[in-house]
Amino acid sequence: MGSHTERTSALVLRVVAECPVSKARACELSLPHGPVHTPVFMPVGTQGTLKGITVDQLEALGCEICLGNTYHLGMRPGPELIKKANGLHGFMNWKRNLLTDSGGFQMVSLIELSEVTEEGVKFRSPYDGKEILLTPEESINIQNALGSDIMMQLDDVVSSTISGPRVEEAMHRSIRWLDRCIKANKNPERQNLFAIIQGGLNPELRKKCLEEMTKRDVPGFAIGGLSGGEEKDHFWKMVTLSTDDLPRDKPRYLMGVGYATDLVVCVALGCDMFDCVFPTRTARFGTALVPWGSLQLRHKQFAKDFQPIDPNCECATCKRYSRAFIHAIFKTNTAAMHHITIHNIAYQLTLMRLVRQSIVEKRFPDFVRSFMSRMYSGKGGYPEWAVEALASVNIALE
Amino acid sequence: MKLDISKVVNGCRLGSIRHLGKNADQVLDVPGCILYTRCGAAPHLTQETLETIEKMPAVTQVTLSTLAEHQEVLEDYKAGAASFLGVPNSVLYCSLHDPASPFPTGFMTNKTVSVWGSGGRIEMTPSKFMALQAAVKPDWFQSMADGDTSGQHTSWKRVRKSVDRTLVFLDECLKLQKESPNLKNSQVFGVVEGADVLEERVRSAQETAKRPVAGFVLDGFQNHTMSKELQSKLISAIMAELPDDKPRLIQGIGRPDDVLDCVEAGVDLFESFFPYQVTERGCALSFNYSYQIDPETEVLIKNNIVNDEVAGESCTEVLEGQMTSFEMDLKDKRYCDDFSPLLHDCSCYCCRNHTRAYIHHLLITNELLSGVLLMIHNFHHYFGFFRSLRQALQDGHLDKLKQHLVGQRCLDPQKT
Ligand SMILES: [Zn+2]
Ligand SMILES: [Zn+2]
Repeated sequence: MGSHTERTSALVLRVVAECPVSKARACELSLPHGPVHTPVFMPVGTQGTLKGITVDQLEALGCEICLGNTYHLGMRPGPELIKKANGLHGFMNWKRNLLTDSGGFQMVSLIELSEVTEEGVKFRSPYDGKEILLTPEESINIQNALGSDIMMQLDDVVSSTISGPRVEEAMHRSIRWLDRCIKANKNPERQNLFAIIQGGLNPELRKKCLEEMTKRDVPGFAIGGLSGGEEKDHFWKMVTLSTDDLPRDKPRYLMGVGYATDLVVCVALGCDMFDCVFPTRTARFGTALVPWGSLQLRHKQFAKDFQPIDPNCECATCKRYSRAFIHAIFKTNTAAMHHITIHNIAYQLTLMRLVRQSIVEKRFPDFVRSFMSRMYSGKGGYPEWAVEALASVNIALE
Repeated sequence: MKLDISKVVNGCRLGSIRHLGKNADQVLDVPGCILYTRCGAAPHLTQETLETIEKMPAVTQVTLSTLAEHQEVLEDYKAGAASFLGVPNSVLYCSLHDPASPFPTGFMTNKTVSVWGSGGRIEMTPSKFMALQAAVKPDWFQSMADGDTSGQHTSWKRVRKSVDRTLVFLDECLKLQKESPNLKNSQVFGVVEGADVLEERVRSAQETAKRPVAGFVLDGFQNHTMSKELQSKLISAIMAELPDDKPRLIQGIGRPDDVLDCVEAGVDLFESFFPYQVTERGCALSFNYSYQIDPETEVLIKNNIVNDEVAGESCTEVLEGQMTSFEMDLKDKRYCDDFSPLLHDCSCYCCRNHTRAYIHHLLITNELLSGVLLMIHNFHHYFGFFRSLRQALQDGHLDKLKQHLVGQRCLDPQKT
């Protein structure tokens, strides 16, 4: 347990508590910009800002780490400028931790005309049409300029719904690219490079990838290539298979997962860190997240609903404003979006805080049961995959 | 409500309004401005971000154009707009139109006035208007008025009609107010119309002043179609007819130099839509309103060097909604690597925490935070301007402030 091995990394993980029933755990990560208490949800601030929320508001919400996107920031304003601003922390004036992705995922998903070779990902800039090659070295180079506390390796991303030799090729290439990324990292003493486990939905490939990547002394691991529209059944099996073989003393980050049920289930399966654009994106379309699902506040039914979004929520929005108020101003004032964004971030962070507390107090399975019953009461039963996933870690739902 | 004028200098009135409404402790100093809102809430801002602004105006403006479509909701809610908006202690002034959104002409009738909200036009008779006010429960409200005369070629007949109608509407509003328990404590502001016809302006002012109103609204100056000279002449003529002990609010005047002209003509209150318009075009207010300047800066200002931001901007005639020389355009490429705050001596949340380069980036990438940060700065700066204006009046240095502001207008040959 703890940090008995010699580390060149800037991360220390302390396991604070482990659920005696499931694989859930509560840890404390020490990172260059302060502690991070896990399980943790990391809000996504794509372009160096969190959707109309000031850094002070984000800090007040209790956020200890948030994301920036390397692809977007690398394009605008560009790594040189951010470097001059003392990194992304300085540029956006965020005092706590930052995680940046490799930029690869955005290219493959946003730009149709991208091409992957052994060298890297080639694509045409949507801003000036220039051809750009993103190599593992270049990705790390940009992330070094951004100065994030956690950097992600460039991986060869393939859709989680395809199978065959392309998946295997991508897995092997991701391992080779990991080595190139490790070598390229100029700041290992203050920037942690995470490996990304690939292998699609193929258990053999995943295991192989795990075996190879865990041989490298990286400070943390991400489970990648999931939450891309695959069957939930495959999804949770890949997650649990990964956490089985990941080292206990390093953080496990499940990329792109942020729906409340997924978070709770995947914590039970042993994941520590999560990110997702969903809670903030959905807020901008008027949807507020609540323990029993969500409220589409633009809908007419809320015009005369004078309660707060969630009467038990402690966020600045729920303490002052009603659903009817947000409904009324939605069309004319962007503040409506900010109110919902604040609430949704508070919802995600509070959920994780409660999850953590229950793990520390050794009552996580009970927490899961009451969470699930609240979320799915009156909805015709639990989703089957969640029941099975939880059963696999000894949590039975009534 | 009670207005105390402590000093009058060359027509400028310095004072304060007390007993603003339900909130007895609050004071609104004049010359001053009220807080601009969109649908009752400060644009882009939550209560937390709004509260970073020091010394907010004590009165908040809400508009019927944004609230009318929520009449049923407010009626069901019962406790009034201030509570509904999440700010139960704030003092509300309810006007007809949103000063930042021009409305189409040709829809006013003998019996009705129309406002335009997000759902389209809403036509109001005096009784509908008063029913709405009873749902909003403002501390002050602008009486129903036909101000559809600000086009350039409005006939004398049409102007006369607007004055007559507005007086009839006022009488009906005052009559209906007596029957409305919800509006027992609300104060009515009578509206002075008359477009650019001096005799009509005088008649409108005289007749309105005869009614039991708490204050006056000067309507019809928002489109800037008349010359400055004519505007000043009209305003002065109106003021001569109004009692000294009631506040005068002018609609649609926001530029600092225009504000100063109106203050000299005897206007007390302004709206604060101008900083919102500046925010919406991606700009930050950057004019210097400190009239106690050290000699060195004074030389720089004389030579128009101090606001390097200003000197380079386009110096074409300023139209409604277009950039003025009192602001800097943060979308301009020159700020992309400028790591200084918007203004060096600004103490607002934005300037304490963020750089021009960051704001530039937020604007270029269309991020919502740009509106939040610019709105904070622009409100902060604008409210600071009014404080400085009052201080200058107090110290007898208004001419210095005026010279200083005029010096910051762009180097347009027609203006200098
Ligand atoms: Zn809330
Ligand atoms: Zn400022």
